[in-house]
Amino acid sequence: MNDTVTWVGLAVSLLLVVVAAGISWWQRLGLQRQILIAAARALAQLLLVGAALTLVIAPGRSIWWSWLWVAAMVGYASTVARRRAPEVPNLLTLALASFAAAAVVTLGVLFGLHVFPLTGRTLVPIAGMMVGNSMTATVLAGRRLTDELRDKRDEVEARLALGQPSRQAAAPYVRGALRAALTPQIETTKATGLVFLPGAMTGLILAGARPLQAVLVQAVVMFLVLAATATTTVVIALGLIRRLFTHDHRLVHLPVPAGH
Amino acid sequence: MSEPTAFEFKRVTVVRAGRRVLDQITASIPAAGITVVAGPSGAGKTTLLRLCNRLEVPDEGTVCYRGQRLDDLDPLVLRRRVGMVFQRPTPFPGSVADNLAVAHPDAAVDELTTALKRVALDPGLLGQEARTLSGGELQRMCLARTLVTGPETLLLDEPTSALDDQPKQVFEATARDLAAQGITIIWVTHDGAQARRVADRIYQLRDGHLARATEGTRP
Repeated sequence: MNDTVTWVGLAVSLLLVVVAAGISWWQRLGLQRQILIAAARALAQLLLVGAALTLVIAPGRSIWWSWLWVAAMVGYASTVARRRAPEVPNLLTLALASFAAAAVVTLGVLFGLHVFPLTGRTLVPIAGMMVGNSMTATVLAGRRLTDELRDKRDEVEARLALGQPSRQAAAPYVRGALRAALTPQIETTKATGLVFLPGAMTGLILAGARPLQAVLVQAVVMFLVLAATATTTVVIALGLIRRLFTHDHRLVHLPVPAGH
Repeated sequence: MSEPTAFEFKRVTVVRAGRRVLDQITASIPAAGITVVAGPSGAGKTTLLRLCNRLEVPDEGTVCYRGQRLDDLDPLVLRRRVGMVFQRPTPFPGSVADNLAVAHPDAAVDELTTALKRVALDPGLLGQEARTLSGGELQRMCLARTLVTGPETLLLDEPTSALDDQPKQVFEATARDLAAQGITIIWVTHDGAQARRVADRIYQLRDGHLARATEGTRP
């Protein structure tokens, strides 16, 4: 791991930001300011996180600090999910529950079965991949299911009117939402290595790891993301069904969100 | 005189978005024949119908079906005894047979064929993609789908409002046949002429109040 980026190297790489800003200026996109702010903000955030991570996973530090970090990530991701899909009722609680379920599954396999040793250095990034990648799928599944049940209310109620329990009446729409949320992840998994080199692998190779080692880590991360998205979306979907139907099998009123 | 009662409403109030859609309704709907609930659009006819199979519940008051409070009945059992046809046809994906099977997954082909015959549809349609049927056929397929559950009562929510005259007449004749076979029918419509054609009795729903208006004039 001797090919690390120096501060000078970082400064030089800012030239790339200047290129992006330059193109914006040349083509009169008016995005120069935003590009510079975005780059500065990303750099500041990364440096802050790096500093915090250094503290959290420093050798000798209790692993509880890492768990606390994971909990904070889950909490933050849940609020982001709610903000992105305000029309989905109770998404904050549901997202918390779904990330917790995904954490039990993925961290249970990876650490319980000793794929990775349980240390702060492994726990924090792995939980980060788990939460970060399943958040999009969570929002997608929640939004799709809510939209479907609202837009196809007639069809859903026709099923209920035939005496189907709400779980059964909602099943076709749950399947649709889960498929829609999982398909992009499956496509990405399929294309890995052919179309693009994913982040974890790129990072490891740049940092000097042997390619085979990088590949193994990347494969584990992909499988982690697959399991995490499947788990979070199914928890979201089944949890939502309980919110969107009453105990006596009625579909609740679903207002059309603003902007539709 | 006391005719057998299908539904009984006692001081039923439904409030939606701050508006009293139904206001302290007290009425009973007889079990025999076709009862039409007429009234201008927005009068709460659909809401009244949806209370009967518990797709909605009242904010105040009680609804009874054949002497039992709906709160005391399992909604899933109630909905198989009290079927519903919606204003717009609601075909599910797949063939006509797939659609009927949603109502009764274990039904034998005979039962599906019988259901189609009862609504004047050709049993040869069973294998056909449901969404390729005409509007009138679709609505009768939805009626057949409901019949597969073996209901005692049918709730019809303006089922012919999107149909032309000819399919409308076929639907009306089908419904009258079913009523003659002993099925209780509650038919919501804003079409006065249709109400007079099909009704054994007509109730008027206006400004949130329900009143028995006339005996039907059908021959």
